[in-house]
Amino acid sequence: MTAVAQRPVITQTHADVTRDVAATLTTPSRWYYLALFGAVAMFLVGLVTFVLLLKEGMGLAGYVPPVMWLVYITTFVFWIGIGHAGTLISAILFLFRSPWRTAVYRSTEAMTVFAVMTAALFPIIHIGRQWVFYWLIPYPNQRYLWPNFKSPLLWDVFAITTYFTVSATFLVVGLVPDNAAIRDRVSGWRKKLYGMAAMGWTGSDTQWRHYTRGYLYLAALATPLVLSVHSVVSWDFAMGIVPGWHGTIFAPYFVAGAIYSGIGMVLTLLIPLRRVLRVEHMITEYHFDNLAKLTLLTGSILFYAYLMEYFVGWYSGNTFEQTAFWRRAFGPQWWAGWSMIICNAFVSQLLWFRKIRTNLTALFVISIFINIGMWFERYVIIASSLSNDFVPYAWGQANPTWADWGILMGSFGWFLMYFLLFARTFPIVAIQEIKEMIPYPRRKRGGG
Amino acid sequence: MAATPVPGVLAAFEHVDGATQAIRALKRQGHADLTVYSAAPNHEIEEALGHTGSWVRLFTLVGGLSGCAAGYFMTRWMSYDWPLLVGGKPIAALPPYVVIMFELTILLGALSTVAGMIVLSARRGLRKRPFHPRFTDDRIGVFVPCGPGAVAGVQHVLTAAGAVEVTHEA
Repeated sequence: MTAVAQRPVITQTHADVTRDVAATLTTPSRWYYLALFGAVAMFLVGLVTFVLLLKEGMGLAGYVPPVMWLVYITTFVFWIGIGHAGTLISAILFLFRSPWRTAVYRSTEAMTVFAVMTAALFPIIHIGRQWVFYWLIPYPNQRYLWPNFKSPLLWDVFAITTYFTVSATFLVVGLVPDNAAIRDRVSGWRKKLYGMAAMGWTGSDTQWRHYTRGYLYLAALATPLVLSVHSVVSWDFAMGIVPGWHGTIFAPYFVAGAIYSGIGMVLTLLIPLRRVLRVEHMITEYHFDNLAKLTLLTGSILFYAYLMEYFVGWYSGNTFEQTAFWRRAFGPQWWAGWSMIICNAFVSQLLWFRKIRTNLTALFVISIFINIGMWFERYVIIASSLSNDFVPYAWGQANPTWADWGILMGSFGWFLMYFLLFARTFPIVAIQEIKEMIPYPRRKRGGG
Repeated sequence: MAATPVPGVLAAFEHVDGATQAIRALKRQGHADLTVYSAAPNHEIEEALGHTGSWVRLFTLVGGLSGCAAGYFMTRWMSYDWPLLVGGKPIAALPPYVVIMFELTILLGALSTVAGMIVLSARRGLRKRPFHPRFTDDRIGVFVPCGPGAVAGVQHVLTAAGAVEVTHEA
């Protein structure tokens, strides 16, 4: 039995690649419009919910002291995590010279940018009085705010702003040669639009020389950034002394989870999208097999982290820690705790089987479980730990309301809307990098 | 100011070995200022042109170090600008500020890398060199700047190396 799906032999020429990718930007199928309509409808649900939140206040969101971080912060962490697969695939696998990333990295990179854009909405939704959000900004200092750089919440602001800027830069820079290739095929206003996005690119030796080096350095800078961002997000919790949060395992545990959830979302998006955009010959079984292996690896790390969390909770001898973990499994929200364990730790283990890794329907179903499981992971960590924090008489049980689900649905709509519009406007498969893998034809065999 | 076109000969190649053969022959004849277009980066072309590294790395280094320094000074300055003594701990403490320094190292390093790519690539773009849209598709383009007297010789070298199209750009 072969251990891997065979790497496809590329039979296309450079001209075929340009033609096939440019074809994804022509009139899309009705499935595309149907998906876009669905995304816009979901976004509108979120928008209406948000307007009602503005009018009625945060009481609609089911906050019950001491649980003042509920679905909005859960969803914030969820979307930040989704972004991680993009930079992993585009930067880390680029440094490892992993050839299979070429066909999928553009879509995952776009996913990263839109996921972080989605996540960025949540702190604003969460603060309650959104119209005075600028009170958070300490300078100019008329409000006598204390910029406390010892707080992980402020680290998080820097980490996520940097992450968004660098991811968006990476995406835009990667698109430049491809925009030029499209510019040189189209006419009219589209030529002008792609011409602007190509920023004068001609593919001259001077441009390639600086571009290839610059792209390498960007990848080298983005690599530690991927690992740092979710570590910093995890410290929002781990720096607190709330039982269930205060663990040194949090940073690697969160990073593995983030990559796991991100690849889950990549699978959810790419499996239908390759068919809708008719790029099945470019994004093949081979790519999904590799994505599935990465899911298996990160899912197994997560499984280990779950075991360690429970083990350390028990082994610590600390009653509060032990109670926190007991309540996760057998407390009032046991269903959330078990959803997280089943969807993440157990379902990912199915990917040991090659038949499942290469069966796209099975992979799609697994990816949905991953998305659900990873959302529940953050919900369990945040809501269950906060509900039983320090003093028993102050404990409280919060339950999500329709206002939480409405905003959650709106966030999916917002994200999918941008992703679908991107897939329709810009090359979703990297033309230049695919061409780099196809050697130019030669007159003679051997040297040049 | 509108860019002035550069006179010379523009050739399109289908085969990479033909293009590199032409580049080497032209360089031997003293044509050092060649422009070679391709749809993807190619090591053979780079080697034939004799390119070495890129100064983009200097932009990355300076940007990264500036970010790190900015992170250090900003956090210290802001802490002492509004000093609140909490739990007898120092007003400014390096270990937690390392996170900010790290993030700003990456941020400024990345932005200055992009600035470097743009600045260094635009340097040669001050004078307009001929270009054909097929060069971003599947052809390799070689442009040789030269005066009317050298056109015939250059055209001969390019054709002998297998150029599929050779045009004189006046």
